[in-house]
Amino acid sequence: MSSRTIPVRFWLNGLPVERAVPPERILLDLIRDEIRLTGTKRGCDLGTCGCCTVLLDGVPVLSCLTLALRADGKSVTTIEGIGEPGRLHPVQSAFVECGATQCGFCTPGFVLTAVALLREHPHPDRETIVRAISGNLCRCTGYTKIVQAIERAAEAAP
Amino acid sequence: MSPATASGSPYRLLGGRIPYVEGPLKVTGRAEYTDDIHRSGTLVGRVLRSPWAHARIRSIDTTEARSLPGVAAVLTGEAYPTPFGVLPITHDETMLAVGKVRYIGDMIAAVAAVDEPTAERALAMIRIDVEPLPEFSDPRTGLTRVPEPIHERGLLGSNIQKQVLQHFGDVDAAFARAGATVRVRGQFAGVTHAFTEPLVTIAEATPDGRLTVWSATQVPHYLHRTLHEVLGIPMHRIRVIKPEVGGGFGGKSDPLPHELACAALSLATGRPVKMLFDREEVFYTNHGRHPTQNDVRIAAEADGTLLAYDIDTIIEGGAWSSFGTVTTYYNGVLAMGPYRVPNFRYRGRRVYTNKPPSGAMRAHGGTNIRYAVEVGLDELAEQLSIDPFDLRERNALPPHSTTVNQFRITSTSFRACLRAVRERSGWASKFRRLPYGRGIGLGCGFYISGSNSPIHFTPKMPQCTVHLKADMDGGIAVHCMQADIGQGSNTLMAAIVAEVLGVDLERVHVQRVDSDVSPIDLGSYSSRVTFMMGNAARRAAEGMRRQLVEAAAALLGYPAEQLEVVHERIQVRHRPEVGVDFMGALNRAMEAGGALQSSGAYSSPPMGGTFKGARAGTAPAYSFAAYVAEVDVDPETGVYRPTHVWAAFDCGRPLNRLAVEGQIEGSIHMGLGQLMGESMEYRGSRLMNPSLLDYKIPMPGQMPEIEVLLVGEDDPEGPFGAKEAGEGPLVAILPAVANALYDAVGVRCHAVPITPDRLLKGIDVRRSAGRPWKGE
Repeated sequence: MSSRTIPVRFWLNGLPVERAVPPERILLDLIRDEIRLTGTKRGCDLGTCGCCTVLLDGVPVLSCLTLALRADGKSVTTIEGIGEPGRLHPVQSAFVECGATQCGFCTPGFVLTAVALLREHPHPDRETIVRAISGNLCRCTGYTKIVQAIERAAEAAP
Repeated sequence: MSPATASGSPYRLLGGRIPYVEGPLKVTGRAEYTDDIHRSGTLVGRVLRSPWAHARIRSIDTTEARSLPGVAAVLTGEAYPTPFGVLPITHDETMLAVGKVRYIGDMIAAVAAVDEPTAERALAMIRIDVEPLPEFSDPRTGLTRVPEPIHERGLLGSNIQKQVLQHFGDVDAAFARAGATVRVRGQFAGVTHAFTEPLVTIAEATPDGRLTVWSATQVPHYLHRTLHEVLGIPMHRIRVIKPEVGGGFGGKSDPLPHELACAALSLATGRPVKMLFDREEVFYTNHGRHPTQNDVRIAAEADGTLLAYDIDTIIEGGAWSSFGTVTTYYNGVLAMGPYRVPNFRYRGRRVYTNKPPSGAMRAHGGTNIRYAVEVGLDELAEQLSIDPFDLRERNALPPHSTTVNQFRITSTSFRACLRAVRERSGWASKFRRLPYGRGIGLGCGFYISGSNSPIHFTPKMPQCTVHLKADMDGGIAVHCMQADIGQGSNTLMAAIVAEVLGVDLERVHVQRVDSDVSPIDLGSYSSRVTFMMGNAARRAAEGMRRQLVEAAAALLGYPAEQLEVVHERIQVRHRPEVGVDFMGALNRAMEAGGALQSSGAYSSPPMGGTFKGARAGTAPAYSFAAYVAEVDVDPETGVYRPTHVWAAFDCGRPLNRLAVEGQIEGSIHMGLGQLMGESMEYRGSRLMNPSLLDYKIPMPGQMPEIEVLLVGEDDPEGPFGAKEAGEGPLVAILPAVANALYDAVGVRCHAVPITPDRLLKGIDVRRSAGRPWKGE
């Protein structure tokens, strides 16, 4: 544990953030415990479940394995930056309509992974979807309705 | 009875596809789980765990830990000796170890400190002097009297926690005259729930003498009661709140010791305390499916008519009883349906070991025995040259019948399940006809729809109560302690209320479980919620509808009997143009006494025999299933993949098709996990894979195509004809895939998980015995 802190500046859901953090500070801890954006979930602290997924310059990363310093100068998107109740992102609407959430704990990670996928491949085939979400665990749905929801969101895209 | 397969439901909402009411909150990350709650001044709670499997505690010295700056409290077990446990008859746990530790991971001490590093430093300063004791890592070594049993309550000085002996009919005579017999010696590794949200509790003792506890639990009422018993506080001074829960599957259905320790730390410090477990601690808490050895013999006539089951089972309990007495019964009695079995003998023994406790996991007690029976029936069909479907058709329990152990069977669409998957899967052209390496198999299911014998401290009280309140805002608040853990019970409760009252779903607001305002429901376990809460919610809504109809009658000048409730309106049946909208009726009804209130409750009817243990497994209804799985095996490596599953399920009338499908698809995923590789791996008593990296649940690419076929008819007692769909859908998938593997490569696997190396070994053994399979 270091008492030394290093300044880190990044964009969080489009807003500038400036913090002084110890070099070993994990991005997940910074987002959840310090900034208190609790949509990013802590599931395993080991990079196995994907519940803590955030986008770093648009690319999904596991925030529990990412040092906060890595966000310096970059753009971080959490689930709070995707949409909100009443103004859902098409991926979020599709998750609701298809029943792709059950307990919902893995959902933010899946939504972010899917948003990043559809930006890269607006019309992915099933194999591409399955590969994209293979870093996220869901214990409730058997993934069936998650895959359906991503397909539906892709269909809705122009 | 009306068929529930028809596309047109007679109901406005129920029977359709109803998106989960909390969906928008969950997809935006706004749903609030326990760890998302922040109370100012919260201390970090941590626990010290035993590195010993079995040891007597000579002394615990916490002096140094207490004096560490930043430490607010250090607790040990002797101050909290009151035993507890989810079943009132087997209270054998304590909040923290008292006198002995019983497994690696057992909780010894609890610390509250200003931050996590301080708490961890304090734990490292606690000095414990122990006398190591012989450890039991194999249940078979604990079946007779042992010098140092794990618990004093073991049967006759052994480690047997529970023994069940049952015999109905005459099994020996049945075997003596049988035309065919089979024997399956099933071996099942322990598996765990692996819910995504770790265990977490917040407790806050306040100066008004009250204690509030937020916890990730499936059983807020049992937690409430256990907090009272162990901490000695009247129940009315404890408030239990259940935020959103990130999955449970039975793993959050016991009152757990960390929930008590967190509360005790808050009481000791006067400050809020949060205890969040890391994933390794979640694995040590376990309460997963019991490691099981079952020896199942089945006798039948030469025409395939079943004559008898003879079952001997040992299940490994780990360190505590948990639900184990129930599990011991279920491993026998749930073998019975969906077939008529006239003679039945069962010996079941649950044995303590020095390992993390086993408990209830989805399709509790019904999964491993179902596997053995269904694989056995596949072998029996082959022996008698009968198609596996014909064998099951011949033996299907008829509707409105009684089993030999006096289970009351009401609705069953098991035959319809069989017909549906037989046709949809193309069985006739595939069974034993697919090329070597590809196969198809049948497995069937049977499960309770709510336990008729609930864990209840005041047995004459209803199993569920629902309260409704409608006020001048036009919203309807629904209060009930039923625990939505992701299965969609809040959505169902809201939809039932909206259906009965004729209102839009968005008017109905399900309130968070809060023991101060939620009437008691016993919790989310035993697949009881749809059936019991559904009936209670319907009755509560019908009570409110009567008040609204009477008010409308007074307004319209027509007798109440001539009125009907339609969408957002009450009107005269034969003059629909004469009516009043919902708000008009509500405002009139409130003139008498303000906000409307209504209450509904459910108690299951009396049933079952009078012999010892007769109520175990009795339920107001049962679900039935028939699954066909198709697999693709690489015979050179043993690697296999289920490619298609046709899943026919009888849950009566499916009230929310989206949720029922989700339960079936999720159950197939979980069942495939157990079949294909999940396993709690031990070296001696030490758990070797306590992480989601080493305990692997199936990935998206491992899932088959699933076709769900809902073929139930209305159940006579279920709400709107519904039965359970949360657990029963799991049991059929394991034997369906195992039987498909046999069809593919001619190998019977009685040990689960069926890993590629086990399958490959089976192929090698068969080949070296000179038994080619399917033109291999």
